[in-house]
Amino acid sequence: MTTTPLAEGRAETRVVRREALHFAVRNGKLVTGFGLVLVLLLLGVLGPLLLGVTAPNEYVAAPMLPPSAEHWLGTTTFGQDVFTQFVYGLRTTFAAGALGGGIAAVIAMVVGFVAGYRGGLVDEVLNMLTNIVLVIPTLAVLLIINAYLGIRSVAVQALFIGLTSWPWAARAIRAQTFSLRGRDFVDLARLSGLTTPRIIAREIAPNMSSYLFMTFILLFGGSVLIASSLDFIGLGPTEGVSLGLMLQNATQWSALQLGLWWWFVPPGLAITAIVGALYVANVGLDEVFNPKLRTT
Amino acid sequence: MRQYFGRKLLVYALTFVVAVTVNWMIPRFMPGDPVAGMLARTGVSQPAAVEAMRVYYTDLFGFDRPLWEQYANFWATLLRGDFGISIWLFPTPVSTVILRAVPYTLALMIPAVLLSWWAGNRLGAYAARRRLLDNTVLPVGYVLTAMPYMWLAVLLAWGLGVVAGWFPVAGGYAFSLRPALTGEFLLSLVHHWVLPFLSLFLVALGGWAIGMRNMIIYELESDYATYLAALGAPAKLIRRYAFRNAVLPQITGLALQLGVLVAGALVTEIVFSYPGLGSLILKAIQNQDFFLLQGTFMFIVIGVLVANFVIDLVYVVVDPRTRAGMAGAQA
Repeated sequence: MTTTPLAEGRAETRVVRREALHFAVRNGKLVTGFGLVLVLLLLGVLGPLLLGVTAPNEYVAAPMLPPSAEHWLGTTTFGQDVFTQFVYGLRTTFAAGALGGGIAAVIAMVVGFVAGYRGGLVDEVLNMLTNIVLVIPTLAVLLIINAYLGIRSVAVQALFIGLTSWPWAARAIRAQTFSLRGRDFVDLARLSGLTTPRIIAREIAPNMSSYLFMTFILLFGGSVLIASSLDFIGLGPTEGVSLGLMLQNATQWSALQLGLWWWFVPPGLAITAIVGALYVANVGLDEVFNPKLRTT
Repeated sequence: MRQYFGRKLLVYALTFVVAVTVNWMIPRFMPGDPVAGMLARTGVSQPAAVEAMRVYYTDLFGFDRPLWEQYANFWATLLRGDFGISIWLFPTPVSTVILRAVPYTLALMIPAVLLSWWAGNRLGAYAARRRLLDNTVLPVGYVLTAMPYMWLAVLLAWGLGVVAGWFPVAGGYAFSLRPALTGEFLLSLVHHWVLPFLSLFLVALGGWAIGMRNMIIYELESDYATYLAALGAPAKLIRRYAFRNAVLPQITGLALQLGVLVAGALVTEIVFSYPGLGSLILKAIQNQDFFLLQGTFMFIVIGVLVANFVIDLVYVVVDPRTRAGMAGAQA
């Protein structure tokens, strides 16, 4: 008897998914947002392959050249090619965003689901933990940790960003889980003897998958911003190049005073474009998943 | 209400304890010998000064004592207001160095936070009812929130500072002046303040405007608004109710955003070499001055906690439900 409603539920989610896809490709915000992110992602992933063997920090030309056919984004005060740096930097920035956002999303999901589903004392303790991490100014913590670390890599940076940026997401997931906990299908699953992790993974999480996806997108954008701030302060990865490091180098070597706008405009513009496109895509996703918000 | 404040204060107290503990743990549990490392990095060449610093560090860390005693000592010195001595500005106490920088950061933060919140909410509320305004506010708002603080600061410094030449791009006052209570100095102070303030204000503005717009639209579609409209209430009255209800989450949002705004202020200060906490942190990192770094961290934590508490107080004044003791567990 218990299988019927579950099977029905599965079929229903499949229909909902097909419907979501139908509205997704017709949503201008979603298509534009993801399109822009995709273009930049492809540039970051494929660009270094197409550019060949040139390392991003290599001195390749005369210093301070303005953009030209040969050097699309000009050169730095040292004669490094800005476009090469930009393309490699995109890669690092995407990696920091995806890793940091991913780690934060996993922590937020574990804390949010467990707190929301178990309730009681567990909830009380986890909620307290969430509130504490929420109040601590995380950039200050990251500053100290990063300053003490001798060798810094993108992975370590992303790990620490992930460890500090989960609280608001955990809180939101907890609230959603709380409302799903009392539904009939969850009661049914509990009666049929499923364990807590299984109920969360099979019954609760799929029902808010759209919400979780949107949370991840926002965490991704947040990680990109935090990572670029850290890079800018001089606490970025000690090897390689990122968009934040480019900004740092540009300001440090007086690109502003020398008028080398091609050095500091593209990296900041790319960060703004990535994060902004993610926000816009998120609004689009909201409209896709929430029929109430659809205008057409 | 007592329960509401009881919970809040407990969270703040625990946050403080956690922050202090993290601050204590980092030098002890990171790889390497901190005393030797710090002495090597200071670059102080006089043997007397080096010896004084060695004695000072060893005494301060107390590495020969058991861990719990080190931890207790750390608290004891901290509660006396002793953050140690700056390595970069040896032998000035860290607390003196920090107190010199704090007024600049506060002068930047407080107006930026309050004005962007106020203007953003106004703008969002207008956008919610005017189609034309909505079509401009929304995209601009998204671009502004997506911008990294330092990049907008760099653009402003370049555009209004270097190219147009209207504002200076570095420092808190003209390099030729010494801090004094003269008209010339105050004018220079304001002149240097404009650009960093503007970059903080603009980035924060976008987020508040979008939040308010969405909230108002949500409120205008709710049951009470339709009911009021059905009763024939004027649109202005309905909007006023919607605004009051939509402002409450924005106050909570202010508390949540505070940490981000502090971070924004720090990187903005670095762009403009503004002599506040942000520039101090940069100097501390560049000079490996960990006492200064830890001191600024404690100061920022205390500042954020106090600001959060003030926002809680405001919330109680604005939201009658907290006074009635109905809500409270959630906020």
